[in-house]
Parts: sequence; structure tokens; C-alpha cells
Amino acid sequence: MTEQRITRPLEKITVRTDTRDILAHAKRDAVRRKFDDWLIFDMDSHHQESVSWNEIVQFIEDPVVREQAMNYHNERVGAPPYGLNANFGMRYQDVGGRILHQADRREDVSGETVHRDVVLARRAMEAMSVDYTILFPVSMLLLGTHPQAHMEVQLGDAYNRWLTEYLIPQDSRLKTLIYLPFNSPDAAYRTAEKFADKPGVIGFCVTSIRHAGVHENAYMPLYRLIEETGKPIAFHAAYHWTDPSLKTIPTFLGMHSLSFVWCNMVHMTNWILQGIPERFPALKSIWVESGLAWIPFLMQRLDDQYMMRQSEAPLLKRMPSDYMRENCWYSSQPMERGNLEALELTMKMINAETQLLYSSDWPHFDFDTPGSIFNLPFVSEQAKRNILGLNAARLFGLPETRPEP
Amino acid sequence: MKVHVGQADEIRAEGHIVVAIGEKEVGLFAVGDGIVGWMNICPHQGGPVCQGRLFRRVVEPLDAERRSFGRQFDETDRHIVCPWHGLEFDLRTGRNAANGELRLRGVPVTVEGEDVYVEV
Repeated sequence: MTEQRITRPLEKITVRTDTRDILAHAKRDAVRRKFDDWLIFDMDSHHQESVSWNEIVQFIEDPVVREQAMNYHNERVGAPPYGLNANFGMRYQDVGGRILHQADRREDVSGETVHRDVVLARRAMEAMSVDYTILFPVSMLLLGTHPQAHMEVQLGDAYNRWLTEYLIPQDSRLKTLIYLPFNSPDAAYRTAEKFADKPGVIGFCVTSIRHAGVHENAYMPLYRLIEETGKPIAFHAAYHWTDPSLKTIPTFLGMHSLSFVWCNMVHMTNWILQGIPERFPALKSIWVESGLAWIPFLMQRLDDQYMMRQSEAPLLKRMPSDYMRENCWYSSQPMERGNLEALELTMKMINAETQLLYSSDWPHFDFDTPGSIFNLPFVSEQAKRNILGLNAARLFGLPETRPEP
Repeated sequence: MKVHVGQADEIRAEGHIVVAIGEKEVGLFAVGDGIVGWMNICPHQGGPVCQGRLFRRVVEPLDAERRSFGRQFDETDRHIVCPWHGLEFDLRTGRNAANGELRLRGVPVTVEGEDVYVEV
């Protein structure tokens, strides 16, 4: 039987496609799964702050640096954003034009009354049925390797101010973890003190690409302060082409596979073996965007070695894996799912029911929709609800019910 | 159900088109002298695979001593690339370029004159 039914053409996706059209399948899935009934908290999404850098530099506190930055943006042609040390010419995330939402987002935002970043975040949240999201920067993820430590302080502070005074007040569902200029411990302390109680600030962020020992004594006042706020500290991973230990890797594929994990493995090793959870038992740490597969490896490796060399980690009163399971939380993306048995064991080992936080990483090339959690066959519905939203609500002290539309 | 989805010359000119038929979405691709159809749903995470771009398959030839001198395009095999996460699928077989066990779901296509129909 031939039916002359009316068909509807679907547009090919380009850099100009509306986020809601790119994510139309996620929206359809959200409706089918009745996500309207679920609290969904996206622990890690991104906005491209370098696009707004000419706005952000106006918030630089130092008048000399601010004037230089503004003149740079007003007068210099063809230059990357002032002061940022990110690898702007080495952004291969879009795989040569294959994943266009990572290449650029030129969709129409005219007629909107809020900032472009708020519009784009709202559209993604609407499509994926997300109730709250934490916006992280992108280019600033490499600021911890800036050769000028004072620039991390200046630019980090300007970003924090722009975000808390201007951007996230435009939508109460947008949250932030304050950027800590971690290479300058005193400035990081002052930053935490200055922004801890600002609306929308639900924690603190250390970008993990840096060569700072998280166990150094200089950070103890910072950890004490953060512990007292009751808000978590997050270590957000990234990649780093100039890391000498990764120097032989020729592709973004190899670099991204290792660098995003390696940085947090190093920090986690120091965090645990140097006894930070013993020194600050109420300090909650989150390990962001390294996926999950590294955690069982590190748990076993540290436990195994610790048994033989306890005298090198005398602060510990439990096994390293106990701290990793009870004092640490993890964001889910990019969730390795090639071997579901391994993933199931991973979730058991990290006690995912309480410690795992869904994250999309939208709009990046390896983003995960809420369906990545919902579709797991070995996770109970209550555990899915915890991972998708309730764990985050409890960790960040937010209501466990969906916000009013 | 046999549904008219377009004209063959239009698909050849475009390289591929994507249409929604009710809740079903189908991509039609010009391959050789024929038209093939794949469901617009990526087996990876459910992305709109057929709404992505077409790319030539990338290969890395080795010389007799097994040395590599970089990558090249294969001019015969083309891939549709899912715009969500970049998974590549062979237009002829629907198989994923990285893991052949992962496949697109095919849609029967018939061409009558210039009229293209699919079974959904």
C-alpha cells in the first residue's frame, strides 16, 4: 500500500542550527521518559567565555591591566582574547568540522532579553530537561599554566565578578563554582572569602591543569575556609599540549584520552595520600570531567601500594579507596560505557548511588545526555534519580524538588 | 507502509536529504547509482546521525617498511558523521567506522522513475 503522506524535511545541522534543533532527539527522549517528573542537575556544562572576553576585561580590578586589556580589545585586530594563554589555534575538538556544535554556535539569539550565554544555556537545558546547571568556562581551564601568576589572579577575579554580578543573576537556575587562582594561595583564599556568599555560588573550582601540589601547607587555610562554608571544592580537568609527560602524543584523540584524566589522577593521589580528607573531614571534593574508568584503577593502585608503604602516608586511618568512595564525589561525563560490566563494577566501587553526579559537558564533543544515566540497565530507578539530580541537590544544599517554571 | 519521500535527482544533487514521516525520521543518501536509506537515529546515543555531514573515509597508508607518512582520504568510501559525537558510518553498509558491530538501522528504499519511496 502506498500512502501519499506529507513528509517534513529536516535540516542538516550547521553552526547556525538552533541548540533546540540540534538536541531535538534529547528533547523527544526526555518527553518519553517523563523527565518533567525528575530533578535533573547538570554538574558540568560550559559557556565559551572568550567570546565575551571584551566584556569580562572591564571587570579587571587593577586599573592598569584593565586599561591595557580594554585598549587591546578596542584596537588590536586578529588577536586572541587579552591575557588568555589557551591554545586557540589547537582546538581540534570538532574533529575537522564533524561535530559543529563544538566548532561554533552562530544560532540566532536576536530578540532575546538576556545575554547570549544565558540564551544558549537555557536552550540546552530545555532540550535536555535540565533544572539547574553549573556553567564552567573553557579557555580559562588552562589559566593555571599561565606564566604570569598575577594574571591568573586578575583574570580569574574579573571572570568571577562578571559571572556573579552580571551573567548568572539573569537566571536563578544557573550556578557557578568560583574560579580559584590556585597558583597564588593567598589570593585564592581572598577569592573564596570574597565570593563564598554571593548568590548562585555553590562551591569553588580549581582548574586541574597546573603544577601545584594540592597538599602544600600554603593551601591549608583555604581548605579550612572552604570546609567552613560547607560548599564543595571541585577539580575540573582539561587537556594540556605542553605537558612534558604527554609530549610524544601526536593526536587530539590521544591527548584528550589521557590529559583529561592524568591531571586529576595526580591531584587525587596527593589529595588522598597526603591526608587532606583526614585533615578536613567535612571538606567535600568533586572530580570533574575525567570520566569514571580511572577511579577503580587508582583505588586499587593506591590501596595496593599503601599496604606496603604505610610509613609514607601516616595521616591515613583508612584505605585510600575508602576516602575516594566516602569523601569524594564524581561527575559522570564522559562516561565510558564500552564495557557495561566494568561500568557496573565502577559504579559499585565509587558508591555511585550517593557519590555520582550527572554532567552533560554540553556543548562539547563528548557530551552526555541524561539518557546516558537513564538507560543503564543495572541501576535502580532511585539510584538514577540520585545520580541525575538528588545527589547534587544534597551536596550543594539545593531543594530536592524541581524549581518552579 | 510505502511513503513517497522525494525525487532521486534532488537527492543526487544534495548528496543526501532527511525527512520526518510522522515520528520516524529517515535519511536518504545517493550512493553510486542508487539511493540508500538509514534511520536518523545514532546507535551510540540517539543523535540525529543523518543530519550530519558527509566525509570521505580517512586512511593511513603504510609503505613497504610499515612506515606512516600521514593520513589521506579514500575517494571511494563515504561516511555520514553523527553531528552529536562524530561517530562515522559507512554509507553503503551502515557500519560504524570504528566498531563494525555498531550499525545504523536500514530503511527499504524503492525508486520508481524519479520518485523515491521508503517502507516505514
